[in-house]
Amino acid sequence: MNESLLMLTVMAAIGLGTPLIFATVGEILTERSGILNLGVQGMMLIGAVAGFWATFTTGNLFLGVVIAIFAGAALSSIHAFLSITLRVSQIVSGLALAIFGTGLASFLGRAGGNPLVGNPSRAVFEPVFTGSITEIPLIGPLLFGQDLLVYLSWAIAAGASYYLFHTRMGLSLRAVGEDPASAESAGVNVSRIRYTHVLIGGALAGLGGAYFSLALTPTWQDDPIGAAGWIAIALVILSSWRPGRAVFAAYLFGAAERVQFTLQTLGEPWSDIPSTLLAMLPFVLAIIAMIVLTSGKRARYLGAPEALAIPYFREQR
Amino acid sequence: MKEEYIMARSRWRILAIMVVAFALLAAACSSSDDTTDTTAAAAGTDTTVASGTDTSGEVLKVAFVHVGPVADKGWSWAHDQGAQALKAEYGDGVEITTLESIPEGSDAQRVFEDLAANGNTLIFGTSFGYMDPMLAAAENFPDTVFMHATGFKTSENMGNYFGAAEEARYLSGMAAGAATETNLIGYVAAFPIPEVLRGINAFTLGAREVNPDAEVQVVWTSTWFDPPKEGTAAESLIDAGADVIAMHQDSAAPGQAAEAAGAGWVGYNTDMTEFAPTAWLTAATWDWAPFYITTAQQVLDGTWKSEAVYGNMADGMVVLAPFGDSVAQDTQDLILVRESEIIDGAFVVFTDPIVNQDGESQPLGDIFGMDFFVEGVIGSPTG
Repeated sequence: MNESLLMLTVMAAIGLGTPLIFATVGEILTERSGILNLGVQGMMLIGAVAGFWATFTTGNLFLGVVIAIFAGAALSSIHAFLSITLRVSQIVSGLALAIFGTGLASFLGRAGGNPLVGNPSRAVFEPVFTGSITEIPLIGPLLFGQDLLVYLSWAIAAGASYYLFHTRMGLSLRAVGEDPASAESAGVNVSRIRYTHVLIGGALAGLGGAYFSLALTPTWQDDPIGAAGWIAIALVILSSWRPGRAVFAAYLFGAAERVQFTLQTLGEPWSDIPSTLLAMLPFVLAIIAMIVLTSGKRARYLGAPEALAIPYFREQR
Repeated sequence: MKEEYIMARSRWRILAIMVVAFALLAAACSSSDDTTDTTAAAAGTDTTVASGTDTSGEVLKVAFVHVGPVADKGWSWAHDQGAQALKAEYGDGVEITTLESIPEGSDAQRVFEDLAANGNTLIFGTSFGYMDPMLAAAENFPDTVFMHATGFKTSENMGNYFGAAEEARYLSGMAAGAATETNLIGYVAAFPIPEVLRGINAFTLGAREVNPDAEVQVVWTSTWFDPPKEGTAAESLIDAGADVIAMHQDSAAPGQAAEAAGAGWVGYNTDMTEFAPTAWLTAATWDWAPFYITTAQQVLDGTWKSEAVYGNMADGMVVLAPFGDSVAQDTQDLILVRESEIIDGAFVVFTDPIVNQDGESQPLGDIFGMDFFVEGVIGSPTG
């Protein structure tokens, strides 16, 4: 693989990884509060369709992103209500949300007199910088050849990391995810923290969905995000509930997604590898990385919130 | 105190379960309002919605089972257009059920049998992988007519149908061959099955008729419909030096990748100009409407018999899409001459013997079992 091909692969990995960063960081914040939300696929799809609709109607990309964020958060509020207030099984509620969101997104995409289906987006996210600055070798395209949402994904991952580990609110959040009863006795409002972070998770998933319909494949067709929502849930574990690592996990996955096709174009001996094996590559990488991460002493640092997926009953003794 | 508390909790539980059940139901039952009643199948969930009212005459219940969403604007969408034409033709005389995103494989048999048990007398399955499940279902429901697209098996009450897309593929290859300047055309392909190999080979023959130096690089995606994946595959081809992208996929993502990179694009299934107006060259497309109407009429008349239907450009099942602006006039003229020769039978795409990928002449064999690449294709015909 020569240098320019490597560069192209990295650029593609960033593009494919960006929606995964949003969704993964969102799910990390949700899970850090002790709530498991398996509905990421549904929330991303709702974000994708809502964002596409808003941009398609108004021609305004910014509005599309905002609407996508609200749509994702709105859908996640169902899960928040079910799992925090009603304390139902989070697995069941999350799966229901994924299925519901998928169906609702297809429905919305073809509802009304002017269905969205089969239309390209009216506006598309383009690289922010143009001109000579993007021609600097290596860092030119990497740092200056990206669209606005890529920079936003870096900012969100960095911000979430700071928030989690260096702020008092982040400490409260982690406490709620580890031991809600103790957190509560220390004066933390468990329900409020959990609600907030399920909504933040939904908002970021919605934003991730919009990256597909407004940047990556700027169009509306049913199921336009592949399995990104499910992959994001796996990436949470892969990044061991740390937003900083989520960036690398997402890019690793994006690169693997791309390399399977690049290898097919490289000729012998690469093209002899069966394409079906290559299609497994991202998932094989994820499994290997998880084995490495969870083996031996490292498992202690993995960091799954202790109270994850366990409903909290206030004053239960 | 404690018991009361537990009872209060269980009431909440019941309420919660009801809410979840409602959410699932809403997801499964969302349906569009116009001509065909479409069930938005959420991850394979299927529910049937009856259409129209039972008028005095006999109502033919027809079902369509698709592998992807009909809103893919591609393969399943083209079939759904045919179904809508059928509805338009017969109005209340037909009742159409459409199931989307039904996975290929043994579970599909249950879907076909449910449809037959619900009184559908004509059932279309529009993907290759439905072949064996449909065959098994056909055996269990001998009074129902089953029609399978793209396969090669028939039985007493199961026919199959497909069309010679290779004719239009050849013509679209000519457009691509004339358009390429790097002499490398990228081809995003789904699975290494005869249907896809026929398309790639016909396309390559067409490209090399107008441009003997053109080569076609194939990458396999192992999916019929996954926009991000297909778009990524197209980008990898462009990065490998291809300046025209062709595809055997159901989404428009390869075209959008081509548009973004300033490359040309040969689509598939439907006219997808609007997705990539600059990149668009042309495409092999499908018009299933006449065939669906004819088949329904045969079933109504009782004249239907099991056979393998292979439509083509002459009978209108296969259609070459309109040319994009970037296709030069003399190229268009050249292609249209070839088209008329194909339609009147003067030109045949595959001739025996044929030169394979290794430059050796070999017998053509049965094109429905095609398992090799012709000269000019780069890639592996086994995936």
